[in-house]
Amino acid sequence: MASKLTTSNRAGWAFALPGFGLIALFIVVPFFFAFYLSLTNQRLISPNPTEFVGLENYRNLLSISVLSIEPEVDETGALIRDADGNLAYPRVRTFTRDNPDYPQYAGMREWFRWHSGDTAKVVVATDVVFWKSLRNTLMFVLVVAPVQGALALGLALLINQKLRGINIYRAIYFMPVVVSIVVVSLLWRFLYAEEGLLNSILSAFSFGLFEGRDWLGDENTALGAIKAMSIWQAVGFHMVIWLSGLQTISPTLYEAASIEGASKWQTFRYVTWPGLRNTAVLVLIVITMQAFALFAQIDVMTNGGPLDSTTTVVFQAVERGYGKQDISGGSAISVILFLLVLSISLIQRYLTREK
Amino acid sequence: MKLGLTFGAALVASVSWASLAAAQTELSMWYHGAGNEVEANILNGIVADFNASQSDWTVVVESFPQESYNDSVVAAALAGNLPDIIDVDGPVMPNWAWSGYLQPLTIDESIIEGFLPGPKGYWDGQLYSIGLWDAAVALVTRQSTLDALGLRTPTLDQPWTGDEFMAALDAAKASGNYEYPLDLGMAWTGEWYPYAFSPFLQSFGGDIVDRSTYLTAEGALNGDAALAFGEWWQTLFTEGYAPGTSQDPADRDTGFIDGKYAFSWNGNWAALGALNAHDDTLFLPAPDFGNGPKIGAASWQFGVSSASEHPEGASAFIEFALQDKYLAAFSDGIGLIPPTTTSAAMTENYGPDGAMAVFYDLTKAQALVRPVTPGYVVGAKVFEKALADIANGADVADTLDAAVDEINTDIERNGGYGH
Repeated sequence: MASKLTTSNRAGWAFALPGFGLIALFIVVPFFFAFYLSLTNQRLISPNPTEFVGLENYRNLLSISVLSIEPEVDETGALIRDADGNLAYPRVRTFTRDNPDYPQYAGMREWFRWHSGDTAKVVVATDVVFWKSLRNTLMFVLVVAPVQGALALGLALLINQKLRGINIYRAIYFMPVVVSIVVVSLLWRFLYAEEGLLNSILSAFSFGLFEGRDWLGDENTALGAIKAMSIWQAVGFHMVIWLSGLQTISPTLYEAASIEGASKWQTFRYVTWPGLRNTAVLVLIVITMQAFALFAQIDVMTNGGPLDSTTTVVFQAVERGYGKQDISGGSAISVILFLLVLSISLIQRYLTREK
Repeated sequence: MKLGLTFGAALVASVSWASLAAAQTELSMWYHGAGNEVEANILNGIVADFNASQSDWTVVVESFPQESYNDSVVAAALAGNLPDIIDVDGPVMPNWAWSGYLQPLTIDESIIEGFLPGPKGYWDGQLYSIGLWDAAVALVTRQSTLDALGLRTPTLDQPWTGDEFMAALDAAKASGNYEYPLDLGMAWTGEWYPYAFSPFLQSFGGDIVDRSTYLTAEGALNGDAALAFGEWWQTLFTEGYAPGTSQDPADRDTGFIDGKYAFSWNGNWAALGALNAHDDTLFLPAPDFGNGPKIGAASWQFGVSSASEHPEGASAFIEFALQDKYLAAFSDGIGLIPPTTTSAAMTENYGPDGAMAVFYDLTKAQALVRPVTPGYVVGAKVFEKALADIANGADVADTLDAAVDEINTDIERNGGYGH
């Protein structure tokens, strides 16, 4: 397999060496290091020796099962109902704490439940917070990736015109990208406050009908608020990538289309969009990977709360590895995240491949 | 030839520099107070006095912002770059001592006999750190508020009971004059939660860990007392007595002064601002929920790092800094509680008739240090999250159970933290 790359290009390799060396030192080595640490009980600081614990960290993170709970009955065997006719169920903690009959559920906590007939099916997990962070991260990616990509494309189409002062618009749309995400998060925290700008505007436009709500303090709106802010913040970056893609499309194609009498939509559908294929793949993968790495907004705006509704995988990795000094647990989360992002990227590659 | 001469001269010069420096051995010191000019001036004053007072040591200070200070020390320890003298937050000290970052102090212990208990950092029977001040928390309100609501003024001997406290909050709520009756400072995340709120739990009879063994939190953090505390804690927010975790930090800083809150649970560092705004500001003792009124103790303290090759010099500096005039200077400069009666008498605010003398008495009467264990660092984080979750409506028993499990797993994985 002697190719040109390995045989006749010493100078090229020499030029690449600093880059490769740094990537190896700061990305490849730490990755294998994280993989190794996730199999130990390594602490951030501790006089105790590091021990190999196998897959224990992964077991602690991922253990999940379903517990069926029958409703409570009185002496006659009749179901006990409260005033509203709801069934009474024994508490989950009676199964998961010090109950020798159910050793498989020891130390687990309720994540959510549903009812099948009178039986309550309770999903219990050893690490509910991690599962919630996984769910939040996926929800974030599912919304942010398509919406941010589409908005960025829309903006790129808008500013890809020869108008006077178009650069002002380009600068305005791109500005949030240049500002530090920490600063942006702090500002949006004020916007979202109970007596903040957003509530004032909504209240003014609805003539006082809209009552101010605490966007980041309510578990139903907190993650949505962060999604909206994140989309706004990074949309300019992807707009620029789309723009570069738009400008590689040859003007002769547009001229040909207009000679053929194509409508605006047809021009976009049959000229612009096919020309943006590779850009689209790039934008989608970059947004997905960035969205999976959601951390700074959470750290500044909500700290994962309220009730874990905004906690994310990366936030958990940092919180455990550094905050709780559990490097091995944090490493295990990082490895899981890596596998997750890798498989999703591979699926995206497969779905968007050249047919 | 010429080159050789120059080289030789340079060599001679560098050797003579080295011998000059050897007269005074340099001691490096790290401090958490970067950005606070008053604090830096006081510390630099002490350092200058110390360097001038003897000819063996020169202390050189490097300051860090408080938010990144602990991270810097941990990173330096991992990299083997610790300075000689470090300051350390009281409850974190056992963790660093256990991890081998600190070595015991070799100061004359008779000097610190008269100190309040909070500033003395003992771990494993040895003195590892000593503070030049302590901090305390009080229930801040105004005499006019108490009068208007018809409430008894609680004293150290007769603090409010839990029922009296809740009756006071009810009265404030019923008056309709306040946005919320009570400001707990939920906007201050981090160490504020365990520092300010775990004393409530302790007053109920619970704790973050079982202090008899330090090996489990079972029963302490999820026993009957802790459940009662948790239910009470939750009602503070569900019944609208106090603003929750999304409190605006600006309201925390000025809400009480602006009259938004009838009572504020706040530290001595904020006391001067309240006094300047309202002459009739009162600092009331913590209510007694059954197991005695409690407040937190221990603030930043000085210790000697294990990497120091000159612990005797480092200890000499710390001993030097413990003079009453410096303790008083810190108190006057940034409002901290002086740790001795003699230094308190020298201060503006903590003397016998000082405006904030009540904090000294509060600390003396009610202070309880946070659990003295290396595991506190993790326990504090778990406690903070549990309290935030309960405030946001999570099930009390389940949340405390989960917190217990997390703390116990951590203790187990650390081989009992040396207890």
